[in-house]
Amino acid sequence: MVSELGYGGFVAEVLSGLGVGLGDEVEVVRNGLRLRGFVMARYEYGAPDVLVLKLPNGYNIGVRIDASTQIRKLSSAVAPSFNPPPPAPPRENLPRVMIANTGGTIASRIDYRTGGVKPALTASDLVSIVPEIAEKANVSTEILMQVVSENMTPTHWTEIARKVDEFFRRGFDGVVITHGTDTMGYTAAALSFALQNPPAPVVLVGAQRSSDRPSSDAALNLLTAVEVAACAPFAEVVVAMHGWHGDDNVLIHRGTRVVKLHTSSRGAFQSINSSPLAVKTPQGLKLLTTSFHKRGENGYMFQPVFDERVMLVKFFPGMKPEALELLVERMGLRGVILEGTGLGHVASSFVPVLKSLREKGVFVGMTSQCRFGRVNMNVYENGRDLMRAGVIPLDNMLPETALVKLMWVLGKLGQKAAYEEVKNLMLTDICGEIGGRTGPQPLFTGEAEIV
Amino acid sequence: MYDKLGLKVGLEVHRQLDTKRKLFCDCPTEPAEGQVIKITRYLREAQSELGEVDPAALFESKKRKKIIYHINPANVCLVEMDEEPPHDLNPEAVETALQIAALLKATPVDEIHVMRKIVIDGSNTSGFQRTCIVALGGELVVDGKKIPIQTVTLEEDAAKIVSTSRGVVEYDLSRLGIPLIEVATAPVISSPQEAARVAQAIGNVLRATRKVKRGIGTVRQDLNVSISGGAVTEIKGVQELELIPLVVELEVKRQLHLLQVAEELRKRLGGQALPPPQYVEVTNVFQNTKSSMVRKKLETGGKAYAVKLVRFAGLLSKESVKGIRLGAELAGHAKAWAEVEGILHTDELPAYGITAEEVSMLREAVGADEQDAVVVVVDEETKALEALRAVYERAAQAVEGVPGETRAARPDGLTVYMRPRPGSARMYPETDIPPLPITHEYMEKILSNLPETLDQTAERLAKTYSLSSQLVQALIDEEKEELFEQIVRATSLPATVVAAALTETMRNLRREGYPVQNLSDQLLAEIFHSLASGLFSKEALPDILGWMSKNPGASIEDAVKSLGLSHVSSKELEKEVEELVQRHAAEAGDPRLVNRLMGDLMKKYRGKVDGKLLHNILVEKIEAVKQRS
Repeated sequence: MVSELGYGGFVAEVLSGLGVGLGDEVEVVRNGLRLRGFVMARYEYGAPDVLVLKLPNGYNIGVRIDASTQIRKLSSAVAPSFNPPPPAPPRENLPRVMIANTGGTIASRIDYRTGGVKPALTASDLVSIVPEIAEKANVSTEILMQVVSENMTPTHWTEIARKVDEFFRRGFDGVVITHGTDTMGYTAAALSFALQNPPAPVVLVGAQRSSDRPSSDAALNLLTAVEVAACAPFAEVVVAMHGWHGDDNVLIHRGTRVVKLHTSSRGAFQSINSSPLAVKTPQGLKLLTTSFHKRGENGYMFQPVFDERVMLVKFFPGMKPEALELLVERMGLRGVILEGTGLGHVASSFVPVLKSLREKGVFVGMTSQCRFGRVNMNVYENGRDLMRAGVIPLDNMLPETALVKLMWVLGKLGQKAAYEEVKNLMLTDICGEIGGRTGPQPLFTGEAEIV
Repeated sequence: MYDKLGLKVGLEVHRQLDTKRKLFCDCPTEPAEGQVIKITRYLREAQSELGEVDPAALFESKKRKKIIYHINPANVCLVEMDEEPPHDLNPEAVETALQIAALLKATPVDEIHVMRKIVIDGSNTSGFQRTCIVALGGELVVDGKKIPIQTVTLEEDAAKIVSTSRGVVEYDLSRLGIPLIEVATAPVISSPQEAARVAQAIGNVLRATRKVKRGIGTVRQDLNVSISGGAVTEIKGVQELELIPLVVELEVKRQLHLLQVAEELRKRLGGQALPPPQYVEVTNVFQNTKSSMVRKKLETGGKAYAVKLVRFAGLLSKESVKGIRLGAELAGHAKAWAEVEGILHTDELPAYGITAEEVSMLREAVGADEQDAVVVVVDEETKALEALRAVYERAAQAVEGVPGETRAARPDGLTVYMRPRPGSARMYPETDIPPLPITHEYMEKILSNLPETLDQTAERLAKTYSLSSQLVQALIDEEKEELFEQIVRATSLPATVVAAALTETMRNLRREGYPVQNLSDQLLAEIFHSLASGLFSKEALPDILGWMSKNPGASIEDAVKSLGLSHVSSKELEKEVEELVQRHAAEAGDPRLVNRLMGDLMKKYRGKVDGKLLHNILVEKIEAVKQRS
């Protein structure tokens, strides 16, 4: 009981001696102060001899406990008994949307007693917290996994893809996948390759502000995602997230073209080298492009296998070519995506290593650290040398997307894939990830005005 | 008298700290000019695990407004925009809060835990205010009475409201995040005057740190007022100390009035509760109304709805003190919950162009007799119904007595309904900020470096500068003691001149309607420097101060020029006096000559030359003539 609270040492001894657990009311006398309060859980990084009390006015304070401190238990905690609201009556006339949870909390309730945040996982609980959802779609929910963003692996991508394929077969009109934001871009790219030309939209969605706060972006992002899944004219794997600081601009990005560009702000996700598919403002959903896979169009291909023997390597000034050689050898890599400088360069000292990798049949593709623009290795002599050594320039593909695509290409072609086959597929546009015209930098505005 | 009523007042004194940086980021705490970016946001109530929602939060969420934030990048960053996690607690603010705790003999907590207090009116971008208890207990002795201090709290100031209209509220984020210290007393204050004295005493403790902001909007006092049989009313935002006694007095009268009304209502209703409401559409009653107010509403698509309040006749407009009526209470609830402009009720009708005939049709429509009151709201249907619901609920409470509420103070001392009192289900930990331990060593350091209290300052000033205790007290009351010392140290001006100018002169100017708040400390210091360097005489000081207050941005030279106080050089002056005395050389022996000539000279030089200086020159010249003869 006490270990759950996160206390150790003397405080733990005292608490277990008194039989005190989370939320129990105690009285502590120390420094001439008589304090009543409820025992709270301890953060890992707090000092070891401090007890956290929630005072009757709601404030938490830390009280040092030593041999001179008097403490006694007043009453036991009353466990909160939350009765989830009754399920919303299904609206058969609305599109059916599956909300699949992979981790994180897109909607939650706060336990003010302990400060704990509990995710809303069932459809009815979700709808009770974001009731507007029920006006847009007839939603079902399913928990696929509880994995934080940075712990996602290609195995998880496969698992998610299989479930989405199943949802299609069960006849859902759209699928929403809630996902931690850190690696949402990678998962979006992976699902784009795994679920090509899908019959219905697959919308990844997350939140940059946790869902327990009144200001969370979760509800609006989720609501938009459900609306896109239910009604959008395009059927692609997309990401729906705020486009700016305000709550009046949600962008719908193509899964192979989107990256997280900010550590904390709402508008962290942006499309690179292509326009978002659409923008949602209070006026409605506005399409920003006409080239997309339409809802109901044929051509669905399900191919959920990824070969993990691939790495993304960022070049930096002074980087030793041996590092690349060592990586490929030790990790048994079948391919490498280089994130080079500018138009697509690594130091000329890499040429011998690259040549030997090419001879061994290891695919090496070049992308740029610049993020914006396309690589072009013809402009400088070094670029031409690198290409002669076997490096394949990957046009305007995002480094992350190139990595995911190479895993997918190698997974699809299998162990005996011929180098040329890999190369050809890497350069073929499969789901909007490569090529296309690059226009001037767009400025997306919603209702927000700049005075 | 207040003893008998069982008056209990608790105070919460809030004051901005004058730290370099805000509480949770590196933004400056000073106002700034510059271009503004606007963003739109919405807040949604955070739901409790128990399924319960805080009443105050529910109140705001029912209104779910569009919120527009004004962002000046000069003093707002992503932290205030809720786009970046808060940084650690500002050490300068924590140190100041602990100094205040020590001066109040409060016990610091062993570890500071920052909490999130749910506030969803939009004044905090995150939807909560970050706040933490720094110390508990402590006391203050005011007029020989011990006033227990409950808590010393450090929190982030909220954003300042710019404008509000139906469905939209705009805030400026410049103020958000400025450290705010809050000192809360136990509810032991037993008279209106005592409340003001305690507030002032707390203010003096805060000011002893020399780390508090001054001026309009930097101080806010909240009052918790109750009397026996009444309820605790939380009155927010009393800015001036002088207003406190009036606010308390009027709140006592308001509660007494409501108790009287409740008694009368219980008698009339024979102990029964108010019958359930029926909201009736009465638009057709006003079909051909002469009331332009009602007609305008109806023409723009509004509808009229009415509710009958059984046996309320006469009680809505019954007024024991001007402005205190049950009708005003009902209107306050209608405005706050439904954002309607107001209500109409039969106690004040016929009026506003509404005829007696319409009133009787109205009564008939809701089935009311002469003993009942009828309340009407004309607005969009949903707003009108929402407003009437609020009216009925408040009316039902009127039978019970005084409801506990949060109210806002007005400049005239009366209060208006803001929202229900918040419950405790609105606080949870700010997990983005690790708890901050307060070590014994750190407290020792603070205790051994405590600042001079204002009492000590007063004593020292009186002694060092030979000032009367009255003048010193005036300096302290006007919060000018620091500026005074700064000026006196930097110039050769006599201390009494500076002290009198900073207190009496300023007070006189304020009374005469000069906007002396425009005179910043920096500007005042400059004015005194100019005086010391002889740019104008001390007789001209009040005129200069007055002119400068009315002409913000102008230079002191402009003031001198525009007031016709142009400079007379001492050489010129000596020459002129010399010539004058020469002309009267024959009378040099006459002792009355000095006064006579002085009178002539002052006619010409009043305000331009220091009278004392002129007198000295004159005496000197006459003596010289006498010597020669």
